[in-house]
Amino acid sequence: MSVPLPRARRAAAARPPALLSARAGVGFLLPALAFIALFLLVPFAWIVAVSFTNQSLLGANAQGQFVGLSNYARMFDAATWLPGGFGYSLIVTAIFSLGSLAGQVTLGLTLALLFHGQRGPWREVVFTLVTLCWILPEVPVAFGWLSFLDRDFGLLNVLLRALHLGSPDWTLDHPLAAIILFNIWRGTAFSMLLFSAALASIPPSYLEVAAVSGAGPWRRFWDITLPSIRPQLLSALVLISLWTFNTFGPYLITAGGPLNKTDIVAIHTYRVAFRFGDWGLGTAIAMFTMLLNLLLTAVYLLAARRREPRAGA
Amino acid sequence: MRGREVAARLAFGVVTTLLATFFALPCLWLVLAPFNARATLATVLPSPPSLTNFRAVLGNHDAVVGLLNSGIQALGSMLLTVAVAALAAYALSRARVPGARAFTAVLLMFSSVVSGTVAMVPIYNIILKLGLIDTQLGVILVMTGGLLPTAIFLLLDFVNALPKSYEESAAVCGARPWQYLPQVIFPLIRPGLMVVGVWAFVGVWGSFLTPYILLRSNSNLPASVQAYQFYNDNGQPVLTLVSAYSFLYVLPVLLLYLWVNWRYGFRFFGGIKG
Repeated sequence: MSVPLPRARRAAAARPPALLSARAGVGFLLPALAFIALFLLVPFAWIVAVSFTNQSLLGANAQGQFVGLSNYARMFDAATWLPGGFGYSLIVTAIFSLGSLAGQVTLGLTLALLFHGQRGPWREVVFTLVTLCWILPEVPVAFGWLSFLDRDFGLLNVLLRALHLGSPDWTLDHPLAAIILFNIWRGTAFSMLLFSAALASIPPSYLEVAAVSGAGPWRRFWDITLPSIRPQLLSALVLISLWTFNTFGPYLITAGGPLNKTDIVAIHTYRVAFRFGDWGLGTAIAMFTMLLNLLLTAVYLLAARRREPRAGA
Repeated sequence: MRGREVAARLAFGVVTTLLATFFALPCLWLVLAPFNARATLATVLPSPPSLTNFRAVLGNHDAVVGLLNSGIQALGSMLLTVAVAALAAYALSRARVPGARAFTAVLLMFSSVVSGTVAMVPIYNIILKLGLIDTQLGVILVMTGGLLPTAIFLLLDFVNALPKSYEESAAVCGARPWQYLPQVIFPLIRPGLMVVGVWAFVGVWGSFLTPYILLRSNSNLPASVQAYQFYNDNGQPVLTLVSAYSFLYVLPVLLLYLWVNWRYGFRFFGGIKG
């Protein structure tokens, strides 16, 4: 939800002697370190280790033996690009993530721009509505969407029929489009809130000067607004990609089906590990996903560092 | 000029209304169906409105226990997260820990990478080894572990913003270091504790995957998983019950949101930094 702020730097600049002894500090940190070790570091190490074994949830291989890189080879075996394979699910995830990203950023930016500099009840209503779509628990929201997308009774098809646009069975005929639409709806609030905070921090004089010197709305948007919110745009792009890449939510709409058409990586991992009980393969997939995520984060950090001198100025 | 202004206002009205409609439509069923004694997947005004569905849900033992379990898990994780994160943030801010901020930033990155389904496989195994499968404590511990990095990161800012003179004067008055936290710091960073607490509560209240994987018996399941118990013999959800249950389940989050929005304003405090 609300996200960190850079207040700390100034306080750190001139640091008087520490208030807390090192021993007390360690004592205070101990519970947090225990949690972090148990639920971050151990799982990480475990994923790395098990991905090289043939361990399974139950049965003969419950202990697991070292099998080298064979899980990684199985991940990309001959059938990988067919429905149900890992490669196939990567492609599905790529389409799902790019579609969600484009939709969320465009809608969020549009809403932020439309209501920029506005106050009043209509803004409150719209922002509250969009924000609620984001923070309400995913299970009831998913039921709402199952009703919305229903072929016969769903509100979406009722409207489409009224406009003579046909009434497809969304979760059967266009399942990927359905979960992309669902994810855009769910996640737009984040970019909307982020961008409106960013827009609010642009000094109005910039835009006034541009207007006086004869720049039209488009020019003002491209030359002033967009460059000013570039850092936030970058943050939004990477955070949304990370979240979208790892989201499990669409499982509640399509459960990965039909015919694996919505088998995004999170659902694929769940299926391999918990349904098939194949933990060796499941953790290898998890490792690969983690590396992809790390790559994404690294690109983000590099890009963020490049902008740092400007942000400090 | 005048004409253009009117046209712009009109365009603004049309576009914002369309966007608002897109966000409102999928919620409409959640608001209307619970009050319709013969609810289907159709979004229609209930005529006449009735409370039959709520009576049926509240008469269902598992359903009520599910809501209570959600409360226990959310409250437990919230208290544990806030307590552990506050201790850690205080230590990182006041004891001289070099690179405290970089440490929490790395932790944050790491936790967002090692999260979701990826982590569920080993976490299931850890909870199994601890003998906590199918216990609420297991869910609370796992949720707390996941929430901690962000919670520490958020609270660190609140503690760093406090001048050390507060503790120094407390020390002059004879307070011991372990008294700083409950008697000096906690009251001063209450807004931060509230923000993190509400954020943690809402996150756990809505969680599905973690309890779905770690819990087995009906008496332990939270409302998010319990909602899937309302299926008839044909495998179809009983919509009258599902809708009323969803409504009851959403209500606390809705009220919390409205309260936070009214009290503090729901927005980004200072924007995102990498």
